[in-house]
Amino acid sequence: MKKEWFTISVYSENNVGLLNRISGIFLKRHINIESLNVSKSEIDNVSKFTIVVYTTEKWVRNIVGQIEKQIEVIKAFYHTDDETIYQESALFKIASNLLFDERQIQNIIKESNSQIVTVSREFFILAKSGRRYEIDEMYEQFKPFGIMQFVRSGRISVTKDEMQISTLLKEFQHN
Amino acid sequence: METLKEQKTAQKTKKSIKISGAEAIIHCLLAEGVDLLYGYPGGAIMPVYDELYKFQDKLTHILTRHEQGAAHAAQGYARVSGRVGVAMATSGPGATNLVTGLADAQIDSTPLVCITGQVTRELLGSDAFQETDIIGISTPVTKWNYQVTKASEIPEIMAKAFYIAKSGRPGPVLVDITKNAQFDELDFSYTPCTGVRSYKPAPTPDIESLKQAADLINSAKKPFIVWGQGVILGKAEQELKELVEKAGIPAAWTIMGASALDSEHPLNVGMVGMHGNYGPNLLTNQCDVLIAIGMRFDDRVTGRLEDYATQAKVIHFEIDPAEVNKNVHADVAVLGNSKETLGLILPMINSKSHESWHNIFKEKYQIEYDTVIKNDIHPTKEGLTMGEVIEEINLASDQKAVIVTDVGQHQMIGCRYAKFKESKSNITSGGLGTMGFALPAAIGAKMGAMDREVVAIIGDGGYQMTIQELGVIFQHNIPVKIVVLNNDHLGMVRQWQELFFDRRYASTVMTNPDFVKIAEGYHIESKRVSERKDLKSTIQYMMASKNPFFLEVKVEKEDNVFPMIPSGAAVSEIRLK
Ligand SMILES: Cc1ncc(C[n+]2csc(CCOP(=O)(O)OP(=O)(O)O)c2C)c(N)n1
Ligand SMILES: [Mg+2]
Repeated sequence: MKKEWFTISVYSENNVGLLNRISGIFLKRHINIESLNVSKSEIDNVSKFTIVVYTTEKWVRNIVGQIEKQIEVIKAFYHTDDETIYQESALFKIASNLLFDERQIQNIIKESNSQIVTVSREFFILAKSGRRYEIDEMYEQFKPFGIMQFVRSGRISVTKDEMQISTLLKEFQHN
Repeated sequence: METLKEQKTAQKTKKSIKISGAEAIIHCLLAEGVDLLYGYPGGAIMPVYDELYKFQDKLTHILTRHEQGAAHAAQGYARVSGRVGVAMATSGPGATNLVTGLADAQIDSTPLVCITGQVTRELLGSDAFQETDIIGISTPVTKWNYQVTKASEIPEIMAKAFYIAKSGRPGPVLVDITKNAQFDELDFSYTPCTGVRSYKPAPTPDIESLKQAADLINSAKKPFIVWGQGVILGKAEQELKELVEKAGIPAAWTIMGASALDSEHPLNVGMVGMHGNYGPNLLTNQCDVLIAIGMRFDDRVTGRLEDYATQAKVIHFEIDPAEVNKNVHADVAVLGNSKETLGLILPMINSKSHESWHNIFKEKYQIEYDTVIKNDIHPTKEGLTMGEVIEEINLASDQKAVIVTDVGQHQMIGCRYAKFKESKSNITSGGLGTMGFALPAAIGAKMGAMDREVVAIIGDGGYQMTIQELGVIFQHNIPVKIVVLNNDHLGMVRQWQELFFDRRYASTVMTNPDFVKIAEGYHIESKRVSERKDLKSTIQYMMASKNPFFLEVKVEKEDNVFPMIPSGAAVSEIRLK
C-alpha cells in the first residue's frame, strides 16, 4: 500500500491526559506525527485534535480505530487532502532595516499575500496563512536576506463532508 | 438558646456526612460490591490503609509480598469470577511494580481497578520522595486512568473507574490519588456510573450484517469456528454451544477462549495457535468460511498473516471495532457483545451437520495422537513428561479444577492437555506471556471461587519470579495446589535454542534450589515426585488435601512441545516434530 498524507480529526473531551494517550498510539506504532493542533471545536466543551501523518491507509485506519476507542474520545476521522480544506499559519520576524534597504522585500510581502502584524524600529512581523508550499516558498524568498525568527503552526483543517458530532453526542447521552 | 442548639445539631448532622477522601474510597469500594482487594501499603496510601483497618469486617485486604503479585492476584480473581479485581499500591515503586499486571490485564482484557497513592498535590512535579508519573507510565497499558487531586472528585471517579473497567471490552483502570485528596474531607454520596458521554461500550448489532453472516454460514460446505475469550467475557458460552450444535460446525479455541465449551464436546476440535492442535491449525487453511468469535487474530494464532485462511470468507463477531480488519480482513463483521450477536443469529441458522468435514478433523487428530499426544500423556520412556502430570490432574480432579498456568512449555502442555467442564477454568497469561503470573493469579482465582479446586502449573523459572507469594498462601491458608514442573531449564527458550539457534543454550540452564524445602519453610505441605510410580498416588493425595499443597515434579530436562508453528511460518506449515 502506498503512503499518503492523511489528516486525522479527533473530537474529544478536554482532559489532561488525553494528548499523552493519543500521542502514545503513534509512538507504539513507530509512526511520526507530522503536525498536531489542538483547539476548541464547533461544539461547546468539545476539543478538536488535528493530526497530520504520512502513512498508508491501513495504518491510518488502525490508528483511528485505536484513538476512537479511548474513553474520552467522541469520534475520530481520517481524510485525504482532497477531502479537506486545510491551512497552516506562519510568523516571520525580519529586521526592519531590510524594509528600506532591500526593494525586493516589499515585493515579497505584496506577492505573498501576508500581513504585517507589527513594526518596530528593530524588526517587523509578517503573518502568513496558507498551504505548506506557499509558506515554504515565502521562507525560501526571505532566507537570503536573513530571517530572525520563524515559526509555523500545525495544520488546521475542516472537511467538505459533515462530521455529525452533535448527533453522536446526543446518541451517547441516550445510552 | 433554642435556635442555637438547633443550629448546632444541624451542623453536627452535616458534619457526619462529611468524611475524608480515604474513607470515601472505602465506601466507593463497598458500594461497588467489593469485599476483597490485594495490595501493599506505603507512605502515599497510608490514609486509605488506616481506613481499611477500620473496615476490616467488610473489606478483606490481602497483603501480597510484591505489588506485581497484587495485580496478578486481582487478575486471577477477576478471571474466575467475572467481577472487577481490585489492587492497591503506594506511589513511586509501589505503583511501578503494578505495571506488568496492568499490561497483562490490558492485553488480556481483564477488568481491574488499581488504586495508587500519590504525593500531595503541592508536591506534584517537584521530584518529591516516591513521586513518579504513574499516569504517564500507565497510559499505554490501561483502558483508562485518572489522577484525583481533590477529595470531592473521588465518588464520581471511582464510579467511572468501575464502570469503564467492566463494561464493553473490559480492561484495567488506574486511579492515582494524591495524599491531600485522601486527607481532605468531602460531602459523600455515591451514584454508580451508568454511562460516559464519549464512550460507547458495545456497538449495537446490525441486522444486515447478521443476515449476511447467517447466509454465509448456511451455505458453507466447510465452515470452521474459532472462538476466543470474547465468548467468556460476553457470557455467551450457551449461545456458542447452541450455534456449534445447530450448525454442526467444528469449533476450536484460542488459548484465552479455553473452557468456554466442554473439552469433550464432540465438536470441540481443540486449540489453534503456535502449539495448538494439528487439525485446527492445518484446516484453518482449508475451510471455506471461518467464523471468528470474540478473538483478535493474534500473531501466535495466525502465523504468517499473508498465508492465513486466504481461501476462506471470514466472519468476525467482535465487540471492539478497532479489532475488525486489524490483522485479518473480515468479509462480514458482526459488531456487538457476543451474547447478543450470537443470540440474534441463532434463529437465522439452519440445522445441519458437516460430517465428512468434521471427519477430517478426527483424522488429523489421530495423526497428532499417534505422533505426539500418545507419547506426551502415556509415555513409555523413563523420564516423566509434563503431559502425563496434566493427565493425572485431569483424572484426580474429574476435569473440574481451575487450571492456572504460568508461561513456557508447561503452559502450552497445560493448555493442550487440561480438560474442562466449566467455563472460566483456564487462567493464563495469554497476550503478554508474563512469567510469574501463575502463583499470585492462583491465589486470586482460589479466593474468587472458594468452592472450586485451583491448581497452579508453573515452570521452575517462572515460579522463582513471584515465589514470595507463598507467604500469602501460608499466612491466609489459601488451599491452592501448586505444581512446579521442574525441568531445570527455561524450557521454552531452550526449545527455541535447540531448534533455531543450533543448541546454543545461552542462559537457559538453571541450578535450582530445593523447592520442597522452600515450601516447607512457609509451612506448606510439600512433596517431590521423580519417578512415574509415585505420580498418580501423589497427585491423588494432593487433590484430596483441604490445605495448600506444593508438588514438585522432576520432568525430562530437554523435552520439546509439539506440534509447533515456527514463528514466521504459515498455520499449514505446522510441524509435528
Ligand atoms: C517476565 C518474562 N521474562 C522472560 C520471558 C521469556 N520466556 C518465555 S518462556 C521462558 C522460559 C520459562 O521457563 P520455565 O518457567 O522454567 O518454564 P518451562 O518453559 O521450562 O516450562 C522465558 C524465559 C517471559 N515470557 N516473561
Ligand atoms: Mg523450566
